Amino acid sequence: MEATIEVAGLRKHFGRTTALDGMTFTVLPGQVTGFVGPNGAGKSTTMRVVLGLDAPDEGHALVGGRPYRSLRRPLAHVGALLDAGALQPARTARDHLLWLAHSQGLGAGRVDEVLALVGLEEVARRRAGGFSLGMRQRLGIAAALLGDPPVLMLDEPFNGLDPEGIVWIRGLLRSLAAEGRAVLVSSHLMSELEDTAGHLVVVGRGRVVADVAVSELIAAASADRVTLRTADRSAAMSVLAGAGATVAASERDTLVVSGMAAGSVVRLLGAHQVPFSEVSAHRATLEEAYLELTRDAVEFKGAAR
Amino acid sequence: MSFRHVLLAEWTKLRTVRGWVAGLVAVSLAVIGLGLLFATGSTSSCSKGKVEVPCPTPPLGPDGTAVEDRFYFVSMPLDGNGSITARVNSMTGQIRLPDATPGVRNVVSGTVPWAKAGLMVKESTEQGAAYAAVMVTAAHGVRMQHDFTHDVAGGAQGVASGRPRWLRLSRTQDTITGEESPDGKRWTKVGTARLEGLPAKVRIGLFAASPGDVRVETNPLGGTAAAGRFSEVTALVDEVSVSGTTSGTWAQNDIGVDYDVDGTPHHPGRLVRSGGTFAITGVGDIAPNTTEGTVERTLTGLLIALVVAIVVAVLFVTAEYRRGLMRTTLLASPRRGRVLVAKAVVAGGVTFVAGLVGAAVTVPLAVRILRGNGIFTLPVDPLTQVRVVAGAAGVLAVSAVLALALGALFRRSAPAVIVAIVVVVVPYVLATASILPDEVARWLLRVTPAAGFAIQQSVPAYEHVISHYVPAMGYFPLPPWGGFAVLCAYAALALGLAVRRLNGRDA
Repeated sequence: MEATIEVAGLRKHFGRTTALDGMTFTVLPGQVTGFVGPNGAGKSTTMRVVLGLDAPDEGHALVGGRPYRSLRRPLAHVGALLDAGALQPARTARDHLLWLAHSQGLGAGRVDEVLALVGLEEVARRRAGGFSLGMRQRLGIAAALLGDPPVLMLDEPFNGLDPEGIVWIRGLLRSLAAEGRAVLVSSHLMSELEDTAGHLVVVGRGRVVADVAVSELIAAASADRVTLRTADRSAAMSVLAGAGATVAASERDTLVVSGMAAGSVVRLLGAHQVPFSEVSAHRATLEEAYLELTRDAVEFKGAAR
Repeated sequence: MSFRHVLLAEWTKLRTVRGWVAGLVAVSLAVIGLGLLFATGSTSSCSKGKVEVPCPTPPLGPDGTAVEDRFYFVSMPLDGNGSITARVNSMTGQIRLPDATPGVRNVVSGTVPWAKAGLMVKESTEQGAAYAAVMVTAAHGVRMQHDFTHDVAGGAQGVASGRPRWLRLSRTQDTITGEESPDGKRWTKVGTARLEGLPAKVRIGLFAASPGDVRVETNPLGGTAAAGRFSEVTALVDEVSVSGTTSGTWAQNDIGVDYDVDGTPHHPGRLVRSGGTFAITGVGDIAPNTTEGTVERTLTGLLIALVVAIVVAVLFVTAEYRRGLMRTTLLASPRRGRVLVAKAVVAGGVTFVAGLVGAAVTVPLAVRILRGNGIFTLPVDPLTQVRVVAGAAGVLAVSAVLALALGALFRRSAPAVIVAIVVVVVPYVLATASILPDEVARWLLRVTPAAGFAIQQSVPAYEHVISHYVPAMGYFPLPPWGGFAVLCAYAALALGLAVRRLNGRDA
């Protein structure tokens, strides 16, 4: 089966609230796709529709080309982590995975494998009720990996993880994607996906705002912007503006130069013997790029009304 | 994902929560513990005058049923085939009514409806020996009865002045045929009875019996109580003729008569012969015993066990809703109806096993302890005992399924547990606690899931025996499997609604 998630034209209302408003995207194998947007943008609802838990008013969602509810051993097709707190507190971690394994015709051996994979062997026979949120996230990921599925969907997997845990899960997600799986990870914090996601589906108000490769998005947001620190602001401004750059003064001894690469700035200032103490080319963070994008989306929405 | 896998997953879920397993063990222990407590705590003793004696145990009929076998028998031996014919001319009697003045016997003349007189072939004069009889009754016409529990109606007319009834009873090997006639010429067959293994030598003759007068009084707290009082019947019989190999001499037996301390018989029967006319007076009845305790009364712990089973079954589903675990379950098994059915099978199955262990230990053990304490329990055949034991487990199991379905409908524990108890436990308690009018009690046990308790009734209500057949005495308005079917129908309906709700909504 192909490792994809296809979401096409999903619409869903909860009473008078529109949760999904034509949500459409495809998640491809071999990379981590970040599914980002503010809270209430429709991420979780989309995931529940893909997983056959919620029924859409319109549109359809396919996993590997098939509706989830038609899958015979679903956990062998899709692994999902929706709510790490969804545990019977009196049941041990191992027993929680054991009933899931039994439901798919898998045995206890596979349970022990995934427990080792997420680093929970030590606490496998402890009641899940006593687990920290981080341990629950690991247990939820173990459950998602149980059927060794080609498609993974994780809803906010970074929640509650300590820094070490975040590093671990980033590495895990990258390696799972590198094995050729389609990995969809939702988050409301773009920074969490830094260095992990190769592709982004950005959503707002129930629809896709942007569906782009991360590299493209950052390049677009960074543009050519150079920050310059100099003791002689007026000289620098006249030299750079004379060479065709747009220069704006920001702090007392700082200029922001647009439309000129950092190398050219340094060369020009040297040639005119203008002193400077620091030149830095600006690279937008994913967070900044995302904020810019969603701000536009909100403005666009406002204008459309 | 086969159904087997879903079942296995649900079973794994159930057995891995210690509290639920403890609940199921408690189901067994409640049945056993309370049953044995009831048995060890009960004793009985009887006195004869000032002497304490072991209580007499009722005689057993040919099939092992406990019986009442008390009547006046005027008979002669019969070797091989033969028959007896006679004409019953009248039936009169007297009945003791509740004392109008306390301590003063209030006896009126009259007959009780099932006062009976007629012809009988009986294996011997021992109590409980096999018999077949054709008879006239006071209010139920002509009947053919045999071996205590079998009763066939003949003509509806009894005897009245100037309208006698002829009866004939014929024996051919082990088949006995009863006939009736208005005039001794035109005969109508009433019925036949096969008495397996009837020996060649039997007794053949005339008999009379009159069951105690049962009166039901309304209890001031609601409900009813019954009291039985002495009655006797005297039948005038003539035109008596016996064919076959007989001795030709009549013997008289007051079968089953009790003796007072001074050795005189208590309420004796008698025969007064004048020429060819026999005036036979009889007291007592020839019928299955309906007054002693039943096996199912040892299952007193069933109600507590039921409450525990309901709680476990409800939690088995509502705990998943409470924690959001139901979504995980539906991810693993997207065919939702199957999940709920698998849950029902697992919850019902384990509850059945827990109940079966409890009841199978309790019934035989408690009956033995009771016997040791001098308390008789009406014996039942092995199949009936299996029905009582498995039926108790079945009531627990199907109620658990009903509770589980309610849990899935409400998605919350408290309302589901409360509704399950209100529809199963409460009607049963109200109906059997002797606080409601009998008709209301019967109605409750017909239309509510509590009807299922009928599966436990080991002794049927006999049409030919007047007794206090009310729920408080363990007699249900529906037959055992009919009542159980009502409970099953409720469980199936609730499960169907729960599946519909689960399928129709976002999880």
